[in-house]
Amino acid sequence: MILLQVIVGGLLLGAVYALFSSGLTLIWGMMNFINFAHGEFVMLGMYAALLVVLYLGGGPVGFGAAAALALFLLGVAVYAALIRHVVRGPMLSQILSTFGLALLLRYTAFFIFSANFVSLPQTSLAGTLNIGGIFLPVAQLVAGAVAITLTVALHLLLTRTTIGSRLLAVAEDRSAAMLMGIRPDRMQALAWGLSAGAAGVAGALLATAYPWSPSVGETFGLIAFVTVALGGFGSVLGSLYAGLIIGLIEAVSAYWLGAIYKDIVVYGLFVALLWLRPQGLMGKA
Amino acid sequence: MIKIAPKGAGLCLLAAALLLFPFLFPDPFYQDIGVAFLLAAISASAWNIVGGYAGQVSVGHAMFFGLGAYAPLLFYTLFGWPPLAAIPVGILLSVALAVLIGLPTFRLSGHYFSMATIAVAELIRIFFGTWALVGGAIGLQGPAVARGWWDLTFRGDLAYYYIFLAVLGLLLFVTYEVGRRRFGFYLRAIKASERAARSLGVPVRLTKLKALALSAAFTSAAGSLYAVKTGFIDPDSGFGILVSVQMVIVAALGGAGTLFGPLVGALILVPLQSAANTWFGGGGSGLTFIIYGGIIVLIARFEPGGLLDLWRRLVPRLRRRAHAA
Repeated sequence: MILLQVIVGGLLLGAVYALFSSGLTLIWGMMNFINFAHGEFVMLGMYAALLVVLYLGGGPVGFGAAAALALFLLGVAVYAALIRHVVRGPMLSQILSTFGLALLLRYTAFFIFSANFVSLPQTSLAGTLNIGGIFLPVAQLVAGAVAITLTVALHLLLTRTTIGSRLLAVAEDRSAAMLMGIRPDRMQALAWGLSAGAAGVAGALLATAYPWSPSVGETFGLIAFVTVALGGFGSVLGSLYAGLIIGLIEAVSAYWLGAIYKDIVVYGLFVALLWLRPQGLMGKA
Repeated sequence: MIKIAPKGAGLCLLAAALLLFPFLFPDPFYQDIGVAFLLAAISASAWNIVGGYAGQVSVGHAMFFGLGAYAPLLFYTLFGWPPLAAIPVGILLSVALAVLIGLPTFRLSGHYFSMATIAVAELIRIFFGTWALVGGAIGLQGPAVARGWWDLTFRGDLAYYYIFLAVLGLLLFVTYEVGRRRFGFYLRAIKASERAARSLGVPVRLTKLKALALSAAFTSAAGSLYAVKTGFIDPDSGFGILVSVQMVIVAALGGAGTLFGPLVGALILVPLQSAANTWFGGGGSGLTFIIYGGIIVLIARFEPGGLLDLWRRLVPRLRRRAHAA
């Protein structure tokens, strides 16, 4: 019974991993670009939720939407001010731009919020449900369900709507898309907004269930790398499966080996993937 | 490759300044900064071979630095080996690790290499933190009192200063030779365009692998020097992400892919860091990394060539203006 509880808890956390990783994979698919600050976007989403709860009040829907909007705007701003200028530059600029941004955001958060762990004050999601002998915090259940829904929604947005077609057209062939009357710059700004927005919501969802400090950005950033590598670069659906798998592996290895070893198992999986299947589970070579 | 390598006179001046520095500034405070400067310059120059010349941006070079740092203290703790004897072991381990990482990742795009390096460095850091043999989270200590010169345990900074300076000299010589030879031209061709280089018959993967191995060897040596100087190592000071950051920012600020870029970067950043620590006290380190992040972003956005490149473009313009006046 305990193992079953661990598995369900891992899958629910994995769903949130899937949501923020889908943002990272979207940017990779769009522009062959890895955002090293993605984990910091998740971390900022958590603090955005906290600030809204502390100073504006409102329920989970309110702070969730606020975190999404704040990070969407941040994503667009980062694209307009930084990424747009480095994306066709040398490799050094591409990698250093978001790597530097990650440091800037992480240590600014340390400076403002201090290194202490914080958690959201009691929300309406407090309490525990007993489902056939498995005890699950409501917050985790809601976070997992919302995360899966949003990840699938992002997948549908990309594959079933005009906006999605435009985004994919720019990803496929920038100049051809331009000839079709699509503005690549706008589409890429939108992709950055969606990507950071997904990270922001995921952060708000995590904040309802877990305590955190500014250093979680690094952990979540690495988890997003592993998820994207497992699911295949550029595949939102792939990152959904991969997120669930990684949540599961993490929970089970923490249960069997102890909490400190779960990161070793997850990063070890990444190294194994590098060797055995660098294109990911669903990715094309 | 345009160089403003201080040719002839400039080079002699630089060498003389570095050789005489401890006598011009005998104060221990300045000697400490001098040693820190040399260590930062060595690490960044080592990173520069693969990150700058070959354009393969590693953000996890701490893995080689950490291996190099742990080797002398580990073999001293376990078997009482003199640290000097274990430095080559650290170098061998680092080269093996470099090959292990380079083989799979160099088949893929450059971003993949960066992600892999950061993940592997973190993996090793966490692993060392849980491994009792290497001291776990507490770390390892070196000999408290030297049994002989081979323990590399000296009082004061002077001996370390000249050892570090010799290693830096060797590294700069190797880098200069690399830049001049066919291997160096291969590296630059790969950096400019991997596909074009391959179509012209450059053995791309082998060249990248060699560059990474060479870079790993010197980074490992830098780690060993750090460990024998400090006499202490733990997972964060060996494998922490900030160790990697320091190498990247020092090289990129001065000019990645240039011989003297890392020296220029270290010359600016090391005194800046020590000044920040003096001004802001303990809280200064956090602020230092905010500034580091900001500098990295600004370099990436405006001056990917670093300060040396900026200087190269500014000097002719100023000269022209002076002529016109």
